[in-house]
Amino acid sequence: MRILVNGDGRECDPGTTVADLLDALGLRSGAVVIERNGTILAREAFAVTPLAEGDALEIVRLVGGG
Amino acid sequence: MGRGPGNPVSACAEGPPRAWGFTPTGCWRRRAAGPEKSLRATSPGNRVSRYSHGVDSPRLPDEDLRRYDRNIRIAGFGAEGQARLRASRVLVVGLGGLGCPAALYLAAAGVGTLGLADPDRVELSNLQRQVLHREASLGLPKTRSAAEALRALCSALRIEEHPIEVTAANAAAILSGYDAVVEATDRFEAKFLLNDACVALGTPLATAGILALSGHALFVVPGRTACLRCAVPEVVRGEPTTAQRGVLGAVPGILGSLLALEVLCHLVGLGPAGAGGRLHSLDGERLRLTTTKIAPRRGCPCGAAKE
Repeated sequence: MRILVNGDGRECDPGTTVADLLDALGLRSGAVVIERNGTILAREAFAVTPLAEGDALEIVRLVGGG
Repeated sequence: MGRGPGNPVSACAEGPPRAWGFTPTGCWRRRAAGPEKSLRATSPGNRVSRYSHGVDSPRLPDEDLRRYDRNIRIAGFGAEGQARLRASRVLVVGLGGLGCPAALYLAAAGVGTLGLADPDRVELSNLQRQVLHREASLGLPKTRSAAEALRALCSALRIEEHPIEVTAANAAAILSGYDAVVEATDRFEAKFLLNDACVALGTPLATAGILALSGHALFVVPGRTACLRCAVPEVVRGEPTTAQRGVLGAVPGILGSLLALEVLCHLVGLGPAGAGGRLHSLDGERLRLTTTKIAPRRGCPCGAAKE
């Protein structure tokens, strides 16, 4: 199925969770804020939220440099 | 969170007829030095200005009406907003890639007092992104180097140098008395420490991070908006640093300017930028800047969430 991640289209398997997607992107859940279809997704929901066709995600990765 | 002692402008309106300057108490006062001739020639009693902005502007001297003309013309800004900036005290923690542009734009816009905190000295590898520092400043404390650059820009700017690291032990003492804090450090531990200190003091905080071609920025109004821990509860560990992955100077240039913009909008009362709670994210590789509204998180120690 097709989803949108930070404006770019991406294919993923049905049943893929948000946590799975973070793994695939090489991102650690502790350093990101995720907006799914315009709503911030609670951190506890990452592992139990399956992605759906057409989902639009904004993944903001916090970085430490200054 | 107060803005200093009372209404500093009107409280200090009576003084000997000299040029104007800014005092440690946050008040506009007339001082002995300065371009008094031109002021008195064009602005008798400082109430009538040939440099009109469509309103009577009794609070600013004519020189400032000219200097900050492009600020004052912005809808909702006005001479009143400029007077607020002049009475404001902002602390910039970290005078690196983010802190330099942030301090530069805060000073240029007319913030009256800037605190500058950084324990480091200027190194050669700083110069590709830390735009306040010069080759001639190599080896100097960053606070001194930045102070000299900012004074050259604005001689009336009051600068308070803190050439030390802000720690849990000294944060409250250093931060107290400032109207807003710009967190521009290069470590997550310091970012969270300053978030917690600002939440405890009720001081608005502009915080950001950068890495390679990306970065983020968040403006926090304690008790009203999400804080850094609402976005990410625990100190982030094990992430790469700019010493490992590098950073292109234009990236902190954008994000440092965003920090300054958030703080300036907040101090002046322009919205919704200065209202806080919005997480900005820059993907410099795609030149994509997004903004996400963050709600206060239930259970966050900052207590901004309505339970």
